[in-house]
Amino acid sequence: MIVYGVALLSACLILGMLLGEVLGVALGVEANVGGVGIAMLFLVLASNSDKFKALVDGASGTGIQFWSAMYIPIVVAMAARQNVVAAFEGGMLAVVAGVAAVIVSFALVPVISKIGNSETPSEESQ
Amino acid sequence: MEIFETVFVRNSLVVAFAVVGLTIWISYFLADKLTKGRIHGSAIAIALGLLAAYFGGKATGGSTGVADITLLGGIGLMGGGMMRDFAIVATAFGVKLSELKKAGLAGVVSIFAGVIVSFIVGAVVAVLYGYTDPVVVTTIGAGAVTYIVGPVTGSALGADSDIIALSVAAGLIKSILVMIGTPMIAKTIGLNNPQSAMVFGGLMGTTSGVAAGLAATDPKLVPYGAMTATFYTGVGCLLGPSILFLIVNAIL
Repeated sequence: MIVYGVALLSACLILGMLLGEVLGVALGVEANVGGVGIAMLFLVLASNSDKFKALVDGASGTGIQFWSAMYIPIVVAMAARQNVVAAFEGGMLAVVAGVAAVIVSFALVPVISKIGNSETPSEESQ
Repeated sequence: MEIFETVFVRNSLVVAFAVVGLTIWISYFLADKLTKGRIHGSAIAIALGLLAAYFGGKATGGSTGVADITLLGGIGLMGGGMMRDFAIVATAFGVKLSELKKAGLAGVVSIFAGVIVSFIVGAVVAVLYGYTDPVVVTTIGAGAVTYIVGPVTGSALGADSDIIALSVAAGLIKSILVMIGTPMIAKTIGLNNPQSAMVFGGLMGTTSGVAAGLAATDPKLVPYGAMTATFYTGVGCLLGPSILFLIVNAIL
């Protein structure tokens, strides 16, 4: 049943969000700490485990794959509802700070990826 | 006209599906014909979305882009946080645990490095623009982390609302630039495997930016980047009003 997969996905998200919220309260932060990331971990664990086979195999799995495939359309809709006007009305300071932060962060990707590589030399995929 | 509006408003989410579907079809057509596939169709679709958001915001004066246009209100629901998170989690389906473990350490390092580096860059820019108040400098630095960390930090420190608005703007610029810039820079920074995608997500942190940027680069990388990115804002909200503010306060 397709809905089993969708229900599993929903359960993972809700559980992850709850934990993220609890983590936020525990750390004294006004934000959800990693709720989505935790939910993703749950889904990875469930899809790699035998116990949940009935919820991720066959038709149930297509219920999850559908939402995974809807990801890009949803991201396009997300882009269309960003406050782009406010971003550009913030003035030069905001533009410079935002652009500089992105450039420096981009530059760090290969540097930190290397840290990972030296830890696990067997990696180098495709 | 009234009938038109009634139907569109009553079925807003369905309208959104149709409009987004059409946008993506046009985008893939353009990617294929105009750029011969060099620019990914989804990159064009996201750029069109942002462009539409700009005009939507200009036309309505609202804060949610196209979604403020009555007939397109469903875009707001479709592109809102709930659907975004639901779809992001779904992309984790089929991810191998071993891939996540491989980049675990680098992923964690990247989150902290990303928050701190973006903060420093934002704070330095604020100082270069002549700000010396530690609260203001911290708030703008936090805005360069993400547009959520900025206002959270700013309100915790009691910053003025115009400074908070400035920090949100810096975060939005970052987010938009990551959406558009990622596919262009991906090759140069070696963003072509799950490990570097996790590091990328941790360094950039803006969930929307990473989500869209990776989607336009290689959808297979999305779950890895999104996984680390979702911890970033939390870490930023943790460090911003506390350690980072104390450091700025000590320096200025």
